[in-house]
Amino acid sequence: MPLGPLPAAVPPSWYLTLSAILFALGVLGFLLRRNIITVFMSIELMLNAVNLSFVTFSYVLKRNDGHIFSFFVMVVAAAEAAVGLAIILTVFKNRQTLEIDEVSSLKN
Amino acid sequence: MDALLFMIFAAIAVICGINLVVQTHPISSALSLVGVMGALAALYLLLGGEFIAAAQLVVYAGAIMVLFVFVIMLLNAGTEKKMVVRPLGKYLGAPFLLIFFGMIAYMIQRILPASSPVVFGAFQGGTAEGIGRSLFTVYLLPFEVTSVLILIAILGAIVLARKEVD
Repeated sequence: MPLGPLPAAVPPSWYLTLSAILFALGVLGFLLRRNIITVFMSIELMLNAVNLSFVTFSYVLKRNDGHIFSFFVMVVAAAEAAVGLAIILTVFKNRQTLEIDEVSSLKN
Repeated sequence: MDALLFMIFAAIAVICGINLVVQTHPISSALSLVGVMGALAALYLLLGGEFIAAAQLVVYAGAIMVLFVFVIMLLNAGTEKKMVVRPLGKYLGAPFLLIFFGMIAYMIQRILPASSPVVFGAFQGGTAEGIGRSLFTVYLLPFEVTSVLILIAILGAIVLARKEVD
């Protein structure tokens, strides 16, 4: 990336780099956090980062297929959030905890 | 002007993203995620995605995050006790994450070395008309299958949430 005075417009690669930064932050939160809801939100952050890549490539190729893909990602994320939060509710009702380390009965 | 807007919203997105990872209370993380989504909606507008920007605000920042905040309130989720970072993760994981990110950034710069800069209004295909035309011609089958997926998800969520505790 060239340093110095800010250009009038940024190249698409800056958008993709921002997407990579957000994805890396999502991975970091997913691996580091112990609260199941925060882990779930980190997944949403990764999905958002990928959506930004889709829309950027759509701009580069001058086609709107990337917009359709990110639309489908949004729809699937909505379905995933509904089911995932229902699972979290059930887990909390059964175990009274949100710590993912304490919900490890599959390992024992 | 475009570069300035990109910088502002990219900075908001990155700061909110970092805040999401470091905050210990889930409600702070949820509000940070709303900030990321709002900033990304502005970036979608810059890239010519009018419909996607609106859908991002309505579906993501509106519906999905309300669901998250509702569950956090319902479960009365408190502050996380302690972030357990094992030494292996601290001294091996962080460099690997940086290397992973650096490789992605390098590949991006190699793939798109000298493409023309992003100018607002240069791409007009992302309007509601353009998206709708694609959605109901080329992508008609995936669109219809999606409705079945959402129906199944709703049924699954209801079945899971009303299951009695034994």
